[in-house]
Amino acid sequence: MKFDETSQGLGLRGLQIAAAQAVGAVRLVPLLKEHVREDLRLGTHAFGDERPRAVGVRGQADRPDVAYCSYLPHAYVLRWSSDGTAVAARGAALSDKQLGLRDVGGVRVLHRMIRQEGPGALRFLPLHLAMEGFLSLHFGGPDVAWSEYSRQALSHGLSPRRESAVLGSYVHGLEDAVRMFEIHERQVGALVFVADALAAMVVFPHPDDYRALHRSLVRDFFGELVYQYAILYDDVPAHRVAVREAEIADLAGLRAAVARARADWAEFSGDMAGRVLREPLRWQTLRQVGPFRLRRFMSALRPDEDNHIGEAIVRDSGELEYCKTFRLSAAQVRRAYLLEKLAQNLWDLARTAEALGVEVPALLVRLLNAGFGYLLKEHVLKNLPTGTV
Amino acid sequence: MTMSAETRHAAAARVTCEDLVVFLNACFCCTGQREFYSDGHAQTVSIEFLHDYIRGNYRRLYARTLAAGVNHFNRARIVTELLASSRDLDPVERRDEGRLVVAALRSLPAPRAYRALLAVRARGVNNRRARAIVRDYLSSRPDLQFDAIKYRGKLRDLILHTHLRLPDELGGFLFKGWKQRRYRTPLLETFRQAHFSDEALYELPFTVAEGMAARRKIDRAVFLRRIAPRLTALERLRLQAAAAREGVDALAIDLARAGLTRVAIYLLSLPPVERRERRAELQAALDGAARRCLREAPLALGRVAAVLDRSYSTTGSPDKPRRSLAVALGVDALLRAASAEYMSFWTPAIEDPLMAGPRGQTDLAGPLLDALEARPDLVVIVSDGFDNDPTGGAGEVCRVFKARLDPAGRTTIVHINPVFDAPELGPRRLGPGVPTLGLRDAEDLPTALAFARFAAGDLSLADLEDYLARRVDVFLRRADVAPLEGEA
Repeated sequence: MKFDETSQGLGLRGLQIAAAQAVGAVRLVPLLKEHVREDLRLGTHAFGDERPRAVGVRGQADRPDVAYCSYLPHAYVLRWSSDGTAVAARGAALSDKQLGLRDVGGVRVLHRMIRQEGPGALRFLPLHLAMEGFLSLHFGGPDVAWSEYSRQALSHGLSPRRESAVLGSYVHGLEDAVRMFEIHERQVGALVFVADALAAMVVFPHPDDYRALHRSLVRDFFGELVYQYAILYDDVPAHRVAVREAEIADLAGLRAAVARARADWAEFSGDMAGRVLREPLRWQTLRQVGPFRLRRFMSALRPDEDNHIGEAIVRDSGELEYCKTFRLSAAQVRRAYLLEKLAQNLWDLARTAEALGVEVPALLVRLLNAGFGYLLKEHVLKNLPTGTV
Repeated sequence: MTMSAETRHAAAARVTCEDLVVFLNACFCCTGQREFYSDGHAQTVSIEFLHDYIRGNYRRLYARTLAAGVNHFNRARIVTELLASSRDLDPVERRDEGRLVVAALRSLPAPRAYRALLAVRARGVNNRRARAIVRDYLSSRPDLQFDAIKYRGKLRDLILHTHLRLPDELGGFLFKGWKQRRYRTPLLETFRQAHFSDEALYELPFTVAEGMAARRKIDRAVFLRRIAPRLTALERLRLQAAAAREGVDALAIDLARAGLTRVAIYLLSLPPVERRERRAELQAALDGAARRCLREAPLALGRVAAVLDRSYSTTGSPDKPRRSLAVALGVDALLRAASAEYMSFWTPAIEDPLMAGPRGQTDLAGPLLDALEARPDLVVIVSDGFDNDPTGGAGEVCRVFKARLDPAGRTTIVHINPVFDAPELGPRRLGPGVPTLGLRDAEDLPTALAFARFAAGDLSLADLEDYLARRVDVFLRRADVAPLEGEA
């Protein structure tokens, strides 16, 4: 994955934060759209069976054999018009053939992550788009054939590279929270917090799309940390309104105080999601259709903070039309961080170790612990000190 | 720390009063069924605990709550609890309890009363007192032959348990099997014939005939059309959708006779298009039901404002679909009919309440402020208490309003809650400043409002006992039972 731009967070242009609703450890914060427009709609196409699916990935001309395998519950179908006229959401209307579904040896194969379905329609795989970007980070392996790297790493890169995530319905309490959530009238998205840690941010183009896809939140996947937090914490304190009664002289004053409290909590919710909304993100543009750009992003990798990947559709004017994020687990961040450091130092172990401020054996242990032992020759990994990180 | 006898006594009285208020409030709304925010199991565990606790600690008052207008589910439950544990009672208490139980059984719908008595059997209790009560109940039934047909299994099990003698041919009918003989009693003979003849089938009560029709594979549409004259009013209401599906138009309903909440539930079951077409008729039915309801339990109010919740949570559960919304709609109609001046504020706002559907978030604070601005004498909030936009807004508005803007208490605020919240052992409260009252049927609003002062915590145990004693007198008189002896 190559980044073409860095920005200060997703921002919330065209969106408002409304009052949070908490059930158990899950807190859902509604995002409302200021001006609803009809020229971009999202439908869902659910794949009925639960067989794993492979997706042929294009874009790496030198490696036509690369495939992305995962459990894929559904695809999204985007419909747009360039001149601002209304379009209808269309999802399940597409046949398997139109979606490019083939059966190969018991595995159903989809063609490409993003695929044009005739004029004004685009099929893509939500969240997998972002995850594929994450997995393909420095997927090619060492650029310089240093002697420490194994033959496999030099000829096949990081392949096979794998990460795991948890299906939303396995996140304790998420299903209940989603069921009991009361959808607002102009709502197009939500911030999902589990034990007050940002688990995901979801935005759809149109309120009707959100209403239709709200329950599909449990079919998204979530990071390992989110899964653990949901088990560890029973509930979170509600964002309750508190008014200082001494300051109230009349009903108008009371009304203003309630409005102020509401605004304060909204701002606070925004701060809780600050890592995605305000901190720097690195972007890669995947497709431009009409005035909309489909892009994926990754936050600057810092092992000591929360890190998110995701995908978004942004209008030319900068309004966020669609977005889904995934919170990386600590181990995933560590892996990506090590790869990034290696790539920055041209895969030279000595220089990388120096950049990280450790000795080479310690770096080797870190690589080994991160699951990258297969990149190195066996004799390099022999006689490593134990317990050093 | 030591406490003087009076202090201890006063503290005990306060605790008793509070416990009883919690219990009564739970009994007004809980039915042990699944709700939007909690499942049926949590509800059952919660209400069973309350019954056990109150019966164990305050048995005398527990029996008297039968008369306080608690809902059928809880009335039946109290009857069972009282009959299943009576070992340590003295004779006077036992007699009083007996009278209350008899009156309660007579006030319950037949299937519920039978089920309450059968629950005693399930507890393994069979004593002289229980048998006497069953005997009294059966002798008070207007038509035991009819019961023997419609509640055949229940009546049979009850007789099996109590060994009571049944009049005429009933004993043979229930225990020797209907195939063995011809009956002189017309209804029993019809039941026998219905197993062979279509004509006789349509003479039977609907619930009995329905099973036989299914066994005989009679077409549903034909069956519904021909059984129509035998349907009760509730069955008619319930079968509207089924009849429409089968293309049967013979099931005309008389909305002018149905209860308020029933009309509201029926109305909400209709698709928006039909509601719009029949708007005038439905509105008239709702208003008529409200007026009828007021004729039975008069209520005269001054300037009233209502804040009514129609948020997504009023969808209820598969067990009680849209019940909270129906109660809000019923209370709306009832207050409009009962008050000199009435304003309603729906959340989320809606132009025509008859078109209301459960949708959107719960913002109680905004509409409540609108209501308070009109300076009414009484503000009624109908909501399940899950106020989420912003959370706790309504409770805070009530608290500050009472403390700062209305210290003299010109405006009374009451929160009516149709939903039992299992973890809280009662209807969920908006805040400490607002009395919260459970309500299952909109018709019971007058009872609930009379109870409001107890829920607010203003009154003492003596007042509560007085209140219960008065209700008991009316209750017993209505059921034609002698007054209590232990009241002196």
